[in-house]
Amino acid sequence: MNDTFEYRGGTAHIEVHKFRSGSIVFVTLVALVIQAFVPVYFAKSAILDLPLLITVYFGLSRRNPSTGLLLGMVIGLLQDSLSGPTVPLGLYGISNTVIGYLASSIGARLDTEHPAARFALTGIFFCVHQGIIVLIRRLLLAQPEPWFTAHLAIAAGINAVAAVVLFLLLDRLRKTP
Amino acid sequence: MAGIPSRHKSLFLLAGVIILQVLLLAVQIKRDSQGRLIRVWTVGAVSPFEKGGAYTVGHIRDVWRHYFALRDTAKENERLKRENDQLKLQITQLQGRAAEADRLATLLDFRQAHKDVPMLSARVIGASADSASQTIYLDRGERDGIKRNMGVITPDGVVGKVIEAYANTTQVLLLTDKESGVGAMLADSRIQSPVGGTGEPLLSMKYVPTDDTVNVGDAVVTSGKDRIFPADLPVGTVVESRPGNPFRQIRIRPAARLERLEEVIVLLSLHPLDLRKSSDTYGQQGPAATASGSVTEERGAVRP
Repeated sequence: MNDTFEYRGGTAHIEVHKFRSGSIVFVTLVALVIQAFVPVYFAKSAILDLPLLITVYFGLSRRNPSTGLLLGMVIGLLQDSLSGPTVPLGLYGISNTVIGYLASSIGARLDTEHPAARFALTGIFFCVHQGIIVLIRRLLLAQPEPWFTAHLAIAAGINAVAAVVLFLLLDRLRKTP
Repeated sequence: MAGIPSRHKSLFLLAGVIILQVLLLAVQIKRDSQGRLIRVWTVGAVSPFEKGGAYTVGHIRDVWRHYFALRDTAKENERLKRENDQLKLQITQLQGRAAEADRLATLLDFRQAHKDVPMLSARVIGASADSASQTIYLDRGERDGIKRNMGVITPDGVVGKVIEAYANTTQVLLLTDKESGVGAMLADSRIQSPVGGTGEPLLSMKYVPTDDTVNVGDAVVTSGKDRIFPADLPVGTVVESRPGNPFRQIRIRPAARLERLEEVIVLLSLHPLDLRKSSDTYGQQGPAATASGSVTEERGAVRP
């Protein structure tokens, strides 16, 4: 896992990044703690979805759909576990699983190292993530959630900006070849 | 996942993971009035198969019962028919016993109402061997104190008289026999005239002048003049009264049901009896009044 290899999905030369041992687990736990702890003091910080950003980042970096979806599932289920009683186990789990799979699949085909690409992809993934959650709430939980709100658009933008910064920080955890 | 192409492995893994989490969700979600979602889904998924299975099994069972199991059904039908016949027989026997109990109760009533009158209950055991004579045989005889010319009655009315007393049996000439006769009178007008048999079910009152008024429905009772029957025992009811020359032609339906006698009372006396005083008491009680005590005991002789 410490090696890099070339993925030839067409004409692009895509590099698979490896991380220091334990860094994924550590980052995931820190993100969950911050997500659960900081809004207690800064309520507006809840607009950030750090577990989602972590899922997106490692998905784009690892570029292995199986690993990406499993990591998304674990992060999502942990997020569900830390959520309130209105969030059943599996709500964020399913959503993050799909996002992990999509991010890994896209990361395997596109160069996602550029900040603009990261911004755009994160914004799209955020919207897809919310769409899946609304879909589940509507179909399974029978909760009438709106498909789109201004708050959602703002949140998508903020998370996309945060992702650009966060991903740069997380890039430091990568192993150098 | 050995048979799955490697490029599709992640897709299958994704589907599996999502399905697992959807199931996880379904386990937790509880819909109002429908229980948990997993239960709703499970029931919804399984119930069509259950319905189909139940329909199939029911259809097969019906086919088996209606076509292949007819052998058992036929046997059961025969058994039920036999059981039904036995039950019918039992019902008939019980009805007979109930009727007998009613009759005996009536006799008992009558005898208790006439305790001072010597009488003996007897069972009809036979009838005449020829159709020309109207006689019956009783299971009591000379040893029980029965003698010729004793009167035989039922609580309903006069039956006839003893024409032969054997040691253990008695032959009784019914009122309907051509040779039979009884001293009688109309209960209301007190017009007296003997009543005799005609060999038919109806009796004939022979010597009532045409000038006398006799209406259909008038009651006819014994007069006591024949010295066999006490006075005022029911003989019958007038069913036909036509003027004649010189006497009216009067037909009477016997009060006692002579065609279906089973138990009778023999008046154990050749002397005139007076039932009037005691019959008033009986009349108040009515013939249908029930009596206590053993019928067997009651059938024992009440001797003077």
